[in-house]
Amino acid sequence: MTAITGTREQAPDGLAPSSEPFGVFTDIEKRFALGDGSYLTAIEKLSLTLEKGQLISLLGPSGCGKTTFLRIVAGLEQASMGEVRIEGKSISGPHPDFAFVFQQPNLMPWRTVLENILFPLEIRREKTPKGVDRARELVELVGLAGFEDRYPSELSGGMQQRVALCRALVHDAKLLLMDEPFGALDELKRMEMHDLLLSIRARTNVSVLFVTHSISEAIYLSDMVAVFSRRPATIRDRIEISLPYPRQGEMRYGADFTRYEHEASRLLGIVR
Amino acid sequence: MTDNVYYRSVFPLVGLCVIVVAWQAYTTLFNVSSVVLPSPTDIFFATCENFTTLLRHTWPTLVECVLGFALAVGIGIPIAVALSSSTLLNLTLYPILIAMQSVPKVAVAPIILVWFGLGIESKLAIAFLVAFFPIVVDTATGLNATPKGLLELAKSLRATRWQIFYKVQLPSALPFVFAGAKVAVTLTVIGAVIGEFVGSSEGLGNLLLTANSQLNGPLAWAALIWLSALGMALFGAVALAERFFMPWAKDGSGH
Ligand SMILES: Nc1ncnc2c1ncn2[C@@H]1O[C@H](COP(=O)(O)OP(=O)(O)OP(=O)(O)O)[C@@H](O)[C@H]1O
Ligand SMILES: [Mg+2]
Repeated sequence: MTAITGTREQAPDGLAPSSEPFGVFTDIEKRFALGDGSYLTAIEKLSLTLEKGQLISLLGPSGCGKTTFLRIVAGLEQASMGEVRIEGKSISGPHPDFAFVFQQPNLMPWRTVLENILFPLEIRREKTPKGVDRARELVELVGLAGFEDRYPSELSGGMQQRVALCRALVHDAKLLLMDEPFGALDELKRMEMHDLLLSIRARTNVSVLFVTHSISEAIYLSDMVAVFSRRPATIRDRIEISLPYPRQGEMRYGADFTRYEHEASRLLGIVR
Repeated sequence: MTDNVYYRSVFPLVGLCVIVVAWQAYTTLFNVSSVVLPSPTDIFFATCENFTTLLRHTWPTLVECVLGFALAVGIGIPIAVALSSSTLLNLTLYPILIAMQSVPKVAVAPIILVWFGLGIESKLAIAFLVAFFPIVVDTATGLNATPKGLLELAKSLRATRWQIFYKVQLPSALPFVFAGAKVAVTLTVIGAVIGEFVGSSEGLGNLLLTANSQLNGPLAWAALIWLSALGMALFGAVALAERFFMPWAKDGSGH
């Protein structure tokens, strides 16, 4: 358990003194050129601040631009306008300390579960026995013990998505970008994964941007929920969730929780 | 799974038996001359009588096929890599490749014989020529068909171009490479036989031609059957290699 339970040592990376928050996204705008010469504005004037260790959920209707925003932060997509700053530095490409959990599992069919999880370590040339131990430990934590040497084609969609989660957690990322990572899981597994994600967050102090459709998921997990408007996406409002951590399953049924749910539904235009 | 293996071996065998019996009945009932169409029993006895001859002629043809195939793989895959990695090369080379492929290999065979002589080199060259194209095209297609999600995963991890190539593109192209290789390896048999027809002193194609000119129908047919057996064996060998190199794809296509 050492690798995951041990808190991340605060690396003296020289950037520490800056008092700027971990991530600052300013006036992000994204226009896609369409085939017929016109443009589709997916994101408009989106600004967001992410503190170190904070977990922010991005909640919004389908097709509003949540994935696009996450891809811009990940450096997979170039913003048409605006700035992404991480630890005080403006970035415009993939960052070595980020990990992305895609909306699809994106596993390599020719690699076993364990080999898939080790892929980031191989790319970073950090594949050590310790890394392998950590990968095995993660497999156990997500409830896939015994499946280490299976191929993805032998797993269900939900199991594949959990493998993808392990792969994102295997290197010590400072920022987790998660795009509906638990969408393919059943309710029970999903709740287990919520608690797992929160416990890993508590131990490693990783910052998280978490995209979801699910209001209750967003509230249960987050320090703050950013509610997106319809396309072009911008942040309609922010809901600070002041439920205490560690979150407990019972909180899902408390009055505060319901109040947050109501507020989010109102912002999404589901209720008045 | 067991059902599958069972059905896949039983049904072709039953089909084969029906054909052989009908063939035998036809040649016997209508008293067909063995020069025109020898009966299965004629062919069987010719095979037994000429067993060592057939064996002796199989070896050179097998060597031509295997080496021609090896050449096609060894040269074809690097060319496919070049084609898929550079738009410029793709634009330059692809039309030339297609033009080359459009030339009937049978028509080129006499010229190749002039260039390379009567020995094994000319057969290798023809076998190579016929096998080359499917390998290049399928490999290049496979290298360009890498799932976008996997490329993005690699990109998000800041993988180098080389890492993306050998850890992502190449393995995901393997099914395509093997599809091309399976087509190519059966084509090498055709290539080798064309070469032997045009000019040779040995090989199953040579034997077939000789037997035919001596009006020895049963032996010609025996050589023909050995050729097709050779083709199937080569196909089987590539299919086995496919299983070995792609253990994750369990009978995806089912051949
Ligand atoms: N490469 C692209 N070219 C053109 N339009 C695009 C492109 N990518 C996304 N879009 C458009 O941008 C909008 C936002 O897409 P995005 O994938 O970010 O939505 P989303 O909020 O993640 O939706 P969902 O919740 O359904 O995943 C959509 O209308 C989509 O059609
Ligand atoms: Mg999305």
